[in-house]
Amino acid sequence: MTDAIRTEGLVKRFGDTTALAGVDLGAAPGTVLGVLGPNGAGKTTAVRILATLVRPDAGRALVDGLDVTRDGDAVRRRIGLTGQYASVDEDLTGRENLVLFGRLLDLRRADARQRADDLLARFELTEAGGRRVSTYSGGMRRRLDLAASMVARPRVVFLDEPTTGLDPGKREDVWRMIRSMTADGGTVLLTTQYLEEADALADEISVLDHGRVIAHGTPTELKRIVGGQTLAVRPADPARVPDAAALLERVAGRSPDLAGGLLTVAVDGDGVLAEVVPALAAAGIAVTELALRLPSLDEVFFTLTGRTEVAA
Amino acid sequence: MSALARHTVVLAGRGLTKARRNPGVFLDAIFLPVVFLLMFVYLFGGAVAGSTRDYLQYVFPGVLVMTAILAGLTSTGLSINLDIKKGVFDRFRSLPIPRSAPLLGTVLGDVVRYVVAVATLFALGLALGFRPSGGLASTLAAAGLAIVFGFALSWVNVLIGVVVKEETLVTSVAFLGIFPLAFGTDMVAPADTLPGWLQAWADVNPVSQAMDAASGLMLGGPVRDAVLATLGWSAGLLAVFVPLAVRAYRRRA
Repeated sequence: MTDAIRTEGLVKRFGDTTALAGVDLGAAPGTVLGVLGPNGAGKTTAVRILATLVRPDAGRALVDGLDVTRDGDAVRRRIGLTGQYASVDEDLTGRENLVLFGRLLDLRRADARQRADDLLARFELTEAGGRRVSTYSGGMRRRLDLAASMVARPRVVFLDEPTTGLDPGKREDVWRMIRSMTADGGTVLLTTQYLEEADALADEISVLDHGRVIAHGTPTELKRIVGGQTLAVRPADPARVPDAAALLERVAGRSPDLAGGLLTVAVDGDGVLAEVVPALAAAGIAVTELALRLPSLDEVFFTLTGRTEVAA
Repeated sequence: MSALARHTVVLAGRGLTKARRNPGVFLDAIFLPVVFLLMFVYLFGGAVAGSTRDYLQYVFPGVLVMTAILAGLTSTGLSINLDIKKGVFDRFRSLPIPRSAPLLGTVLGDVVRYVVAVATLFALGLALGFRPSGGLASTLAAAGLAIVFGFALSWVNVLIGVVVKEETLVTSVAFLGIFPLAFGTDMVAPADTLPGWLQAWADVNPVSQAMDAASGLMLGGPVRDAVLATLGWSAGLLAVFVPLAVRAYRRRA
């Protein structure tokens, strides 16, 4: 089966800077590929090449088997793009934006309007549809942006950091909508700086650093490399910290670290939480914080590269 | 209709909607010519022509041409420059439309500015007592010719708007350009009162031809050479700067 997205040895230089130093990516149809990396890793450049906005200096990029430099027009008929910054017209209303893109895709006026209304409903913007985009909140703007990239019913959608700068609560809304985008068989390439986001959305993840793919795998595989999750517990009463530590050691099989009243311990699976909660309750230890954490992007990079510095 | 024409018209409609939402964008197109006309007529009129009424007849055709030039120089290049910096430019470029359609659409949508500016100027001129003796058809022809010339000249500014990064540079160039072009002519005073070097520039300045043509059409007098020269200059400007601007726009990443 032809990959919906494929790049082979992609190279792009801007002056003295090498943005991409030979990048291979691949995504099967109907899947979500997460491209994870810090600022400046080359994520946006890879997306811009795939979306035909920038030409690569070397290597190939294929969308649906079509070469982005040779068959740019055919590629543009198949893709939707949501850039890192809201790529809609702020002076128009949300609805006018969607109708405009529909008209540019050669929908008839009535069809463009119908499509706009459908997308506003789907992205929960029906009420805001008649308002100018400049009055929208950050989360509404991102949702309109996602809707705009769906006007053409694209086979492949590129989302460049779709939740950067959003509050965590708003992030969940956008995630829910991104998940719905693959429901009808579309393929999504999503760039992100958050391991949590890649884990929540992607079928496979490519980790990008300094213009190279330094790791690739399913979220589970990557987490295994990095060492799984961390359980964090903060007892309400500092006097109970030793009791809680002993309890965690029993459940997790490792002795926890203590820093500023917060106990952390590496755990192997989600099941631990189900054991810890009743055990804490049985021991009468009240907690103010209890969380199962994924390794942070910094930890992922430290494990993969041995470097501690991660840009941004 | 070809894809380019169809998408250009759709994008021109976008420009018109934006303008309707922000009528403030027309302020400079309306305000500048009004200020210039009032200033010339009431400050210099008495001194140059002996009466403000006679001077209004003399200065109006020149201000008409300057109005059309200002309408183009103060807007299109700037709006294109701002568009390119915003994300919407990327989205247009990722759509299956001709790459030059957003540029052509913006330029086409901006034509409404010329109409608004020129109509305002005529309303004020007529209210102050300007009386074109050449008849309605010739007067409309003068307005049309001024707009064609202003439109052609605006493509220089469009090219700058596409190429430079800083939007302030776009407006600076426009305002630096307007002085030698509009004032290096016999617009405010007869050419024989100008110093020799300025007279020499006024003789070769294409804006002089456009002003002579507008004056001839509205007030009577020989017009053929000036009209042909103005159309020739307009065609030349368009032939050079439209392809340059379109090419630069298509390549802008």
